[in-house]
Amino acid sequence: MNLVSATERFGSLVINSTEQWGRSWIFLYRTVLALIKPPYRPYLYLQQLMMIGVNSTLVIALIGLFTGAVLAVQGEYTLAKFGATAYTGPAVALSLIRELGPVLTALMLIGRAGSAVTAELGIMRITEQVDALRSMAVDPIKYLMAPRLAAGLIAMPLLCGIFNVVGIFGGYCVAVGLLGLSPGTFMSEMTSAVGIVDVKSGFIKSAVFGLIFGWVSCYKGYTCGFGAQGVNKATTQSVVTASVAVLIVDYFLTSVLTRVFMD
Amino acid sequence: MISVRNVHKRFGSQVVLDGVSIEIEPGKTTTVVGPSGVGKSVLLKLIMGIMTPDSGEILIGGENITKARSEAAKNDIRQQLGVLFQSAALFDSLTIYDNIAFPLLERSGLSSSKAHTKVLEIAESLSLGAYLTNYPEQVSIGIRKRVGMARALITEPKILLVDEPNTGLDPLDGQEVYDLINACKNQWGFTGLVISHELPEVFQVSERVAMILGGKIIAEGTPAEMIASADPAVQQFLNGRTDGPIKIQ
Ligand SMILES: Nc1ncnc2c1ncn2[C@@H]1O[C@H](COP(=O)(O)OP(=O)(O)O)[C@@H](O)[C@H]1O
Ligand SMILES: [Mg+2]
Repeated sequence: MNLVSATERFGSLVINSTEQWGRSWIFLYRTVLALIKPPYRPYLYLQQLMMIGVNSTLVIALIGLFTGAVLAVQGEYTLAKFGATAYTGPAVALSLIRELGPVLTALMLIGRAGSAVTAELGIMRITEQVDALRSMAVDPIKYLMAPRLAAGLIAMPLLCGIFNVVGIFGGYCVAVGLLGLSPGTFMSEMTSAVGIVDVKSGFIKSAVFGLIFGWVSCYKGYTCGFGAQGVNKATTQSVVTASVAVLIVDYFLTSVLTRVFMD
Repeated sequence: MISVRNVHKRFGSQVVLDGVSIEIEPGKTTTVVGPSGVGKSVLLKLIMGIMTPDSGEILIGGENITKARSEAAKNDIRQQLGVLFQSAALFDSLTIYDNIAFPLLERSGLSSSKAHTKVLEIAESLSLGAYLTNYPEQVSIGIRKRVGMARALITEPKILLVDEPNTGLDPLDGQEVYDLINACKNQWGFTGLVISHELPEVFQVSERVAMILGGKIIAEGTPAEMIASADPAVQQFLNGRTDGPIKIQ
């Protein structure tokens, strides 16, 4: 490959991704606008909350349980080196509430529901159902995208809450039941170490991840290309983009929130 | 009823429509024919206002959908249109009943009891009564097309657009769709615009025919005039020959 064609490729890559970036923000803007304006069609929102949120509860609780359990094992192991196993409770709870709860819930939801949202919207697009909506004067952004975006935004923090509670329960069971820590110490150290700022920052992170989830999976479905291949590509891209975005945003958001909540 | 005036449309470097002009006369069914990939579906989407032409304009019932500024203004013009999509494009999360009722509830804002009467009425006249509680994937494509027709006609549009009435159907189902179009035309009396590459079968629903090739309308007339046409491209397409002015990609 010579220099000219390499430059050309790089240039078109930059132009394309800049265009995509711009389009996705316009898409988000239009979806948020559609959320605010009547008519509201509440049943569509309930339907999506059911599919994205309620149907994910069991799997979120399951991985929460085992994440809490493994945190107790690892925490106890590390803290034993400093003779500080009494702090296993705070270690489990803070790790879950501040970091692992929001992130793992987001990654799990992206894998389980985000791919489904993208595939469904993509298939609706290639089978002309989206065109049919428009031909019947129904705005697909309002009818299809807004309910999914809202459902992601609402479901994510709630699922994260479930993840945290079940996770702490799992950690407690392992620490107290298997590793022989005192239940009183576990609970009292935990409640004194965990502050409302930790809960707040976890909650804010989770809400932002919910937005990323809905935004990416809707946008990828809405802009899906031709044929089965188009849906295939859109679904893969949706999961990868959303997961990477969550992890990158997580770093910056954590840095900012830690600063903000310090004083 | 529909005026397409010197419409151009390209995707990237690919020129699809290169100055298409056509008048769809009220009360008649006009068919636009042409080989696959010449831009027939694109033309239909331009008329629906789902795509915008690069230049030229499209008037529907005298109203300019190309110049319509907002989506709401386009929606007003779209009230005149009913569309039967190629694979019916029914919403697969809704039952057949809800699919038929959809435009009444979402577009015309009718109460569900008023919509109910209308749905039963049209389901009766298109013999869909037995399928109302089924989902689209549970019925055959022929029935899905009939449901699509019911959904398109329930708002009593002045114009019916039909994309490829029998592509993907076996000859019997295909014939049924043609009979359906004619029967509905007699009952509802709409202006029809049909898009098809199925010649000469599609002539049985056509009062006027226009052939599109290379981004332009190359011939226009009644079915009889088309059959008698001296244009070599028309003759090649009508007779399904591989040799002639139309190049197969
Ligand atoms: N949204 C689009 N983006 C890019 N190219 C398109 C789009 N829609 C249609 N085309 C191209 O336009 C040409 C005409 O397509 P179409 O109107 O579907 O043909 P047909 O006459 O068979 O209905 C095809 O080459 C197709 O690839
Ligand atoms: Mg087509």
